[in-house]
Amino acid sequence: MHVADGHTLKVYKDHGGYKALEKALKMEPAAVIDEVKKSALRGRGGAGFPTGMKWSFVPKDNPKPKYIVCNADESEPGTFKDRYLLERDPHALIEGMAIAGWALGSKTGYIYYRGEYRYLIDIMDRALAEAREAGMLGTNILGTGFDFDLHTQTGAGAYICGEETALLNSLEGLRGHPRMKPPFPAIAGLYACPTVVNNVETLTAVPQIINMGGEVWQKLGTEKSGGTKLWSVSGHVKKPGVYELPMGYADMEKFIFEDCGGMLRDDKKLKAVIPGGSSVYIMNTGQILGKNVTMDYEGLVAAGSMVGSGGFVVMDETVDIMESTKNLSEFYKHESCGWCTPCREGTDWLVKIFNRIADGGGRPEDAQLMLDICDNMEGKSFCPLADAAAWPVQSAIRQFPDDFKEWLMKKTAARELAANI
Amino acid sequence: MRSHLVKYPEERKRSALVPLLFIVQRERGWIDNPGVNFLAKFLDIEVTDVWETATFYSMFNMHPIGRHHIQICKTLSCKIMGEPDITEHICSKLGIKPGETTEDGKFTVSLVECLGSCGTAPMMQIGFDYHEDLTIEKVDKILDECG
Repeated sequence: MHVADGHTLKVYKDHGGYKALEKALKMEPAAVIDEVKKSALRGRGGAGFPTGMKWSFVPKDNPKPKYIVCNADESEPGTFKDRYLLERDPHALIEGMAIAGWALGSKTGYIYYRGEYRYLIDIMDRALAEAREAGMLGTNILGTGFDFDLHTQTGAGAYICGEETALLNSLEGLRGHPRMKPPFPAIAGLYACPTVVNNVETLTAVPQIINMGGEVWQKLGTEKSGGTKLWSVSGHVKKPGVYELPMGYADMEKFIFEDCGGMLRDDKKLKAVIPGGSSVYIMNTGQILGKNVTMDYEGLVAAGSMVGSGGFVVMDETVDIMESTKNLSEFYKHESCGWCTPCREGTDWLVKIFNRIADGGGRPEDAQLMLDICDNMEGKSFCPLADAAAWPVQSAIRQFPDDFKEWLMKKTAARELAANI
Repeated sequence: MRSHLVKYPEERKRSALVPLLFIVQRERGWIDNPGVNFLAKFLDIEVTDVWETATFYSMFNMHPIGRHHIQICKTLSCKIMGEPDITEHICSKLGIKPGETTEDGKFTVSLVECLGSCGTAPMMQIGFDYHEDLTIEKVDKILDECG
């Protein structure tokens, strides 16, 4: 639901904004973390790690400064939910970060945007100024003696900076290369100090959790995946956009054909869906239609894919799955930071094979070769980018084998035809 | 430029490098030698440190570009929603290929990866402005309005 002028402090407060911060500041920090644990909130950036647990890893007795970093480097193909939150609900993020600051004993937070979202910084800077003016940020917040402030920083066009340790390197003015873990950022993150990195959607859920209580919020979703989730819907549906659904929403078919208005062109059938951004397995209709796929972490894994970032891309029968997978492979090749050999070489090799087939040089063994390359990328790099690059290719070949064969033959036939001419 | 430095601990000035590179690009048009040398001195780091970071990020131009930088998103959602037709139309209208600049230096066209406008695809970014739900007619109007 879009609330007019929801980005302003007045409208945010008219809707109960900053009451959660007031409430949290009257609680012990450990009690705030407990509420987040009870909520079963899982990180909404893609990894789905339990947020309360992540917060509890921050050592209480470490004398170094502690940092809260908001990951707003949304760059996953198909994903645009954080952009809408930043644009329309910036105070919810500020409030969530201030509560996190109190819970973790931090005095400073950073909001790290992707560089292309430049226009959002103006919106956020205005919201930050309003919050400081109203005593919600800065020194002695709401007269409690708690000091906490937030700063904005941008990336400059690198998908890898959505990975939390690469983001921290970028925030330090370095190349966005991921860091070896452990140590995890909770122990040694920004400037080697204890740091929590959370996604925009994760942090904006925190005020709701404190207002409602963790248990009530959890019950909006399932036992293991509490609350609600934002899905960014794009592709061949009548009503693309950002949808908030309870975790465990049943079912995916209903979501596509009722909530999202059904197929964009009534005479075209559904062919494929990527439910969680490009770094998850592509699903065919056999995995969706009539299967009552539950939209949460467990349900999508059982159906053969993942929640990921919630970037829901719907493709009708006009889409060439292999062209689409080639498109995604080109994305990962471009975005691989080059730090690890399996990722750097693997993404490049996959694109080379796709291009060779497209140029008419396909070989019968190419499907197996690509699967072998994917096996040598998966789980063998510093960060999950290599996995993300491998999964669309693996699922395209395994879930759409006829499409792969047809594509290979069509392209090879075209070469032979051209040679005869 | 100093307003960026206050965001970070005093001994961590290098954190301001990416925002300051954007200022250099805005003022100089691209990341050039004098700009890099200035930043190295300003942040008290080596010139190679500046180049190392600048060359990693795709939004920094390592050579001069046109006054209007048209970046067309080529990633999946935009592609299946009509990006190839939009790209062909723009390139044909301007008489250049992706990666090239018009002879008068007015436009540079680039094909770029996902810009986060998937629900409003196809899209392009000119400077920092997003143009979404593109049609051929809409593209013509936007290009005509570029001064």
